[in-house]
Amino acid sequence: MLNVGKIEEGFVLDHIAAGKSLSIYHHLKLDKLDCTVAIIKNARSNKMGKKDILKVECDINTLSLDVLAFIDHNITVNVIKDGKIVDKKELTLPKEIRGVIKCRNPRCITSIEQELPHIFVLADEKKEIYRCKYCEEKCRERF
Amino acid sequence: MRHLMSPLDFTVEELEQLFDLANDIENNMDKYAHACSGKKLATCFYEPSTRTRLSFESAMLNLGGSVIGFSDAGSSSASKGESVSDTIRVISCFADICAMRHPKEGAPMVAASRSAIPVINAGDGGHQHPTQTLTDLLTIRSLKGSLGNFTIGLCGDLKFGRTVHSLINALVRYEGIRFIFISPEELKVPDYITDMLKEKHIPYEEVIRLEEIMPRLDFLYMTRVQKERFFNEEDYVRLKDFYILNKEKMKLAKNDMLILHPLPRVNEISVEVDDDPRAAYFRQVQYGVYVRMALILSLLEISV
Repeated sequence: MLNVGKIEEGFVLDHIAAGKSLSIYHHLKLDKLDCTVAIIKNARSNKMGKKDILKVECDINTLSLDVLAFIDHNITVNVIKDGKIVDKKELTLPKEIRGVIKCRNPRCITSIEQELPHIFVLADEKKEIYRCKYCEEKCRERF
Repeated sequence: MRHLMSPLDFTVEELEQLFDLANDIENNMDKYAHACSGKKLATCFYEPSTRTRLSFESAMLNLGGSVIGFSDAGSSSASKGESVSDTIRVISCFADICAMRHPKEGAPMVAASRSAIPVINAGDGGHQHPTQTLTDLLTIRSLKGSLGNFTIGLCGDLKFGRTVHSLINALVRYEGIRFIFISPEELKVPDYITDMLKEKHIPYEEVIRLEEIMPRLDFLYMTRVQKERFFNEEDYVRLKDFYILNKEKMKLAKNDMLILHPLPRVNEISVEVDDDPRAAYFRQVQYGVYVRMALILSLLEISV
């Protein structure tokens, strides 16, 4: 079995659905951060059979994880400080998602004005429904 | 500064004030004849809509203001590729208030976010048409005396009709409203609306034939059933007459039931019904002017 060393400060994102870690890497914009990232694909899991894990070595205040709840609220977020787990973050659905999903409605103003940011607003927390801020089209994308 | 994007932007109390003002305008037109003297309304219509544009222009002229604008995208800078945000910033230098119609949904909202003047959504694609809903509400309130405790039948294309969805969303805020939806199976009101009604415990029924429920209605809101919405010609031929209101069907209605229609009417209300005192759709157009006058005054924060 492959061993990846522990991190001193940062996040360990556990229980990511197998194969989804790269998409999360991009949605968290980790490619833009100058930090160490370990992407573990298809790790053995008793609970899930297979899972992905992301280890991110960074200042814990620099990374916004809000979008994770939208992607998959089953992901476990372990906050690491001095090499130890100091917190397990509860994922709550963000009120607004900016620049992550695109509105697919061909009648939406975002379809002709390219510079407009794609913004989705949480319309129904219980049913986890997001709607485009401009045209109110329901977001059908899931990761 | 406020804008109007959706009929739900105003609380029920704010709407009451707006409708009181509209009724005062109706009864005292002279009092408001110079209220907007020196003010300009820009009608930015990126797609043709003669009725709505003329209603806005008439409203501003009745208030003593003046009107500038364009009536299709071809005669605006949009044809040169200018964004809505840039256009509204330019228009803000020319006018005091703007009514915007745009084929793309959310365009007036983008304009409002960049505008230095109030923006009124005069219809954005299939999304919102708030001044139509305000017109419908004012008509109901003026002709019945209040906005509550009545049964309204909505008939025709309830699936794609944005005026219908918008009116339902606006009416659920009032007490004692009962809805009866009359439409063919293919054009039933969408699930998200019936789910919302269930959640709010608001009574509703769905029926296919207009005749069976006519005697129970206080209002009948007619819309057009378009042939192209049907899956096949056979169904269209079979069902189309169910949704045509004629003298025969009117015999079944209460003496004080009122017929509303967002217009344009094609053949869903036969012309023989026009002379019936219960036909309120042309009075509805007049209320559209009053409510737009009240809205312009309210958004410009002008009191008379």
